[in-house]
Amino acid sequence: MRVVVVGAGIVGASCALAAARAGCEVVVLDRGQVGAGTTSRGEGNVLVSDKEPGPELDLALVSRTVWGRWAEELGADALEFEPKGGVVVATAAEALTPLGELVAGQEAAGVVAHAAGPDDLRGLEPHLAPDLPGGYHYPQDAQVQPVLAAATILAAAVRLGARHRPATEVVGARRSTDGALQAVLCADGSEVAADAVVNAAGTWGGQVGERLGAPVPVLPRKGYVLVTQPVPALVHHKVYSADYVANVAASTEGLETSCVVESTRGGTILIGASRERVGFDPAMEPSTVALLAAQAVRLFPVLERVQLMRVYRGFRPYCPDHLPVVGPDPRVPGVLHACGHEGAGVGLAPATGELVAAHLTGADPVATLGIDPRPFLPDRLLTGAGDATRTEDLT
Amino acid sequence: MRPETLRDGTVDVAVVGAGPAGLAAAAVALLGGLTVALVDAGQELGGQFWRRPPEGSAVDPGDDLHHDLATYRSLAGTVRSAARDGRCRLLPGHHVWTAVAPPATAPGERPQGPLPLHLLDRSSGPGRERTLRLDARHVVLATGAYDRPLPFPGWDLPGVYTAGGLQALLKGGGVRAGSRVVVGGTGPFLLPVATGLAARGASVVVCEANDPRRWACGAGAALGLPGKLVEGAGYAAALVRHRVPVLLRHAVTAAHGTDRVEAVTISRLDASGGIVPGSDRRVEADAVGTGWGFVPQLDLAVTLGADLVASWDGNRVVRVDEWQRTSVPGLSAAGEVCGVGGAQLAVREGQLAAEGVLRDLGRPSVTGERGLARVRGAVARHRRFAAAMAHAHPVPEGWTAWVDDATTVCRCEEVCAGQVRRAVADGAVGVRQVKQLTRAGMGWCQGRMCAPAVAGLAGPGEGEVAERLVATPVPLGALARGNGSPPHTLSRPAPEEKV
Amino acid sequence: MTSFRLDGRPVPFVPGQTLGAALVAAGRTSWRTTRNEGRPRGIFCGIGVCFDCLLTVDGVPDQRACQVLATEDLEVGTQEGERRAP
Ligand SMILES: Cc1cc2nc3c(=O)[nH]c(=O)nc-3n(C[C@H](O)[C@H](O)[C@H](O)COP(=O)(O)OP(=O)(O)OC[C@H]3O[C@@H](n4cnc5c(N)ncnc54)[C@H](O)[C@@H]3O)c2cc1C
Ligand SMILES: Cc1cc2nc3c(=O)[nH]c(=O)nc-3n(C[C@H](O)[C@H](O)[C@H](O)COP(=O)(O)OP(=O)(O)OC[C@H]3O[C@@H](n4cnc5c(N)ncnc54)[C@H](O)[C@@H]3O)c2cc1C
Ligand code: FES
Repeated sequence: MRVVVVGAGIVGASCALAAARAGCEVVVLDRGQVGAGTTSRGEGNVLVSDKEPGPELDLALVSRTVWGRWAEELGADALEFEPKGGVVVATAAEALTPLGELVAGQEAAGVVAHAAGPDDLRGLEPHLAPDLPGGYHYPQDAQVQPVLAAATILAAAVRLGARHRPATEVVGARRSTDGALQAVLCADGSEVAADAVVNAAGTWGGQVGERLGAPVPVLPRKGYVLVTQPVPALVHHKVYSADYVANVAASTEGLETSCVVESTRGGTILIGASRERVGFDPAMEPSTVALLAAQAVRLFPVLERVQLMRVYRGFRPYCPDHLPVVGPDPRVPGVLHACGHEGAGVGLAPATGELVAAHLTGADPVATLGIDPRPFLPDRLLTGAGDATRTEDLT
Repeated sequence: MRPETLRDGTVDVAVVGAGPAGLAAAAVALLGGLTVALVDAGQELGGQFWRRPPEGSAVDPGDDLHHDLATYRSLAGTVRSAARDGRCRLLPGHHVWTAVAPPATAPGERPQGPLPLHLLDRSSGPGRERTLRLDARHVVLATGAYDRPLPFPGWDLPGVYTAGGLQALLKGGGVRAGSRVVVGGTGPFLLPVATGLAARGASVVVCEANDPRRWACGAGAALGLPGKLVEGAGYAAALVRHRVPVLLRHAVTAAHGTDRVEAVTISRLDASGGIVPGSDRRVEADAVGTGWGFVPQLDLAVTLGADLVASWDGNRVVRVDEWQRTSVPGLSAAGEVCGVGGAQLAVREGQLAAEGVLRDLGRPSVTGERGLARVRGAVARHRRFAAAMAHAHPVPEGWTAWVDDATTVCRCEEVCAGQVRRAVADGAVGVRQVKQLTRAGMGWCQGRMCAPAVAGLAGPGEGEVAERLVATPVPLGALARGNGSPPHTLSRPAPEEKV
Repeated sequence: MTSFRLDGRPVPFVPGQTLGAALVAAGRTSWRTTRNEGRPRGIFCGIGVCFDCLLTVDGVPDQRACQVLATEDLEVGTQEGERRAP
């Protein structure tokens, strides 16, 4: 089977590798370079800790397992895969009870979490503020360097015979009179013959879907990552506060974000947003940067004098129900979607790739992967023909 | 301590950068009756060209270093006296770390409300920084430029400086960085650096990578600018007087030493910039200056979304109209950010920028119809001259051949040329992708020092100019305090303290 | 003569000079080592852009020597590798 993957981000690269391994003839097209889209604009957290029980958590758990396997096969260094674990802390005692309830549900789904009292917290993270009442340690949380990982994964697919064409924009599809997909059309006038096309265009998935005759509502949501100067290892896990849980429980309006703090191999500390919700995403707002900085300093007072060196922003691709859209489009044959992963595309990429490969080859994902494909199918987003919300223009 | 507040908190014009362009813009705006805030990261007025020791300092760098001091005194005098009567807020030691253009209601339309600048106040010293917001109806960006260095083996040894760095030590601190100095690179700026050091007793050698005969082609453009010729002739005479050899088509291709520079290799270059075999010569040196022109400081312009264009020297610069207005409503730009052309051009562009603001506000011109025509004539001549100079002083294509694989390219992250070349061989394209794959440009300087080199090794790639939303490092504590709300609740960002 | 101290030893300066200018005038070209290779660094750009010239000022690490004005009795420290853990 000839498969064209549109998008060489972390998701497209993962689809290419999984499909190539499943025996497909793969061509990856991207209008830019590997990972140049949202994959280079975010962080590389592979988290299970921040997900509520449900389909996304199930997918994340499978994906975490696949990440571990790929790290063995492709080399942990080539992905900068670090299974460093996460630590979620309550900044106020009131947050401990709702956090415990969340953890119970996560454990039932297969997440490993250990309760950590104030002393345990100090053992895990010596520089945490001394007045934190407690939290949980999630040993499964991990991280990769997204661009490096995308490049490595794509290179592995190429070794299996896949072809990669950067700087090639997809503009449409050619079909036979009976509607069967014949080729994908590129902006330079060329065509790539295909039996199936995978829309892995991330934030631009709505637009690419439309060009392929299968629009899906993928919307952009802005997010920031703060990068500090290099410092000695001050932070050992991915650490974030659980305030959002308390806020959810209290269903207060105030909830906007809670920061994730972590060190990188380069010595910098990244401060990103986890569980960001409605209302959190204005334009480059120094007040947002200040809020994230304040949260980070609250967790690690030692960061007070550490300097912010850089802020980068990206647009997370999200669907209205905050689940990715993965699977065949019911309206036009040959089009599969694999986009809309919001703030978890890196974490969810390997399982997404495997799921797409299963759809392509007709394998049963429940039996082979332990993934129920239904919650991710495009059908849920479509109420009629071609009615999906148009993507906003991205600049 | 809070700085005193202008009447309604919002100034008519905020000028970022107090170099020749910014000083001129501020002075003209003040003469036109506007309220002005003049912000500069440095401690003093004057920028690079008029860099001087602080007022009242005992440092005496000598008078020969500065040109046009009368202009400086008049502009600085206007600004200081306005500061005394409260129409001008002088903010030295304040770095604009970011700025946000409010969204326009319709394309090209003037956005509602002022343009907020976000300042990091370092004036109280290390550990006492704070963040502030400054609201302005108009902003003039006059953030200048910094040296463009290119790597060569040993360029990261202590004692190797940028050419501008040598000049800054001399002009600002009265310090001669060495007694045997080699200044190498290209462009007319190498000459004042050499003569300044030679006049203070250093033995100096200049390596100019290009050929003087190309200068001659530009001389036609210089004819309209007698001042430039006099300045040039002055340097020529000084070079002769101090016996400074100027080696044409030569370059510093290596620096030697263990903990500091002790000697350099000087090589003759062929027409494409390659090293002429057998031409290497070892020269003792205790200080080296390297400079291949300047790179405009575009961080704020890019963050604010101003359109850029290609300049005469290949740099990307801010696109401005005949009143120095950028594509962003309410935002003007002047000086080296609009094209590297020297201080006299910068002053005139600053003048025009302020005149443009006065005009937009329906105020009478300070310079007057006739005066403006003269300014425009001078701007045109200086730009022609700058273009001719740039044409005569290109970076030689063959420079990458001097850089062996072990040479450090990114000084901050210590990424060597071999790593960059490997990334390129593996398919990486452009500065941004090389950065993501090698870390070159991810360190403290955020690629300001290595981007020209990486671009030379990897091609510029897409989005040629880096987006740096943070123009200078900011302590997280200063940001957190600026966040305003008590750290425990953290629910909603409170507005920062207003200046 | 006025002086500040670098790792406890006096460095003379003329009021109005930056720490970096005073150090260079005193013949000192480096006061920091790099994170990975431990290479010595001092002034490079001279205008606050390159961050090669970092040192500790009155206990606050990562200050640019070319930007901080020297004052009497300032305690300045060299920086090893990356800044010392606080
Ligand atoms: C600030 C921020 C922080 C984040 N942190 C994390 C995190 O910690 N963990 C995590 O898991 N996720 C995180 N994310 C989310 C994650 O980055 C995304 O979900 C993920 O990168 C999406 O990958 P992708 O491959 O789907 O999209 P992309 O990387 O955007 O790839 C899509 C590709 O499609 C290409 N393309 C688009 N249109 C066309 C066309 N017409 N023709 C050809 N090619 C086309 C684009 O060039 C692009 O390369 C974060 C996101 C942001 C913004
Ligand atoms: C190190 C150096 C030395 C030079 N020496 C000479 C010389 O001796 N003779 C000569 O003819 N030319 C010299 N030049 C060339 C110089 O660029 C021009 O001569 C002239 O100074 C340009 O004027 P300007 O106003 O455009 O910018 P500049 O003079 O560069 O002034 C820009 C000002 O903006 C400030 N600034 C930048 N960004 C921010 C920010 N985000 N927030 C607050 N403030 C900011 C800077 O601190 C600076 O003071 C030198 C250049 C450099 C880089
Ligand atoms: S010498 Fe470059 S920042 Fe001080």
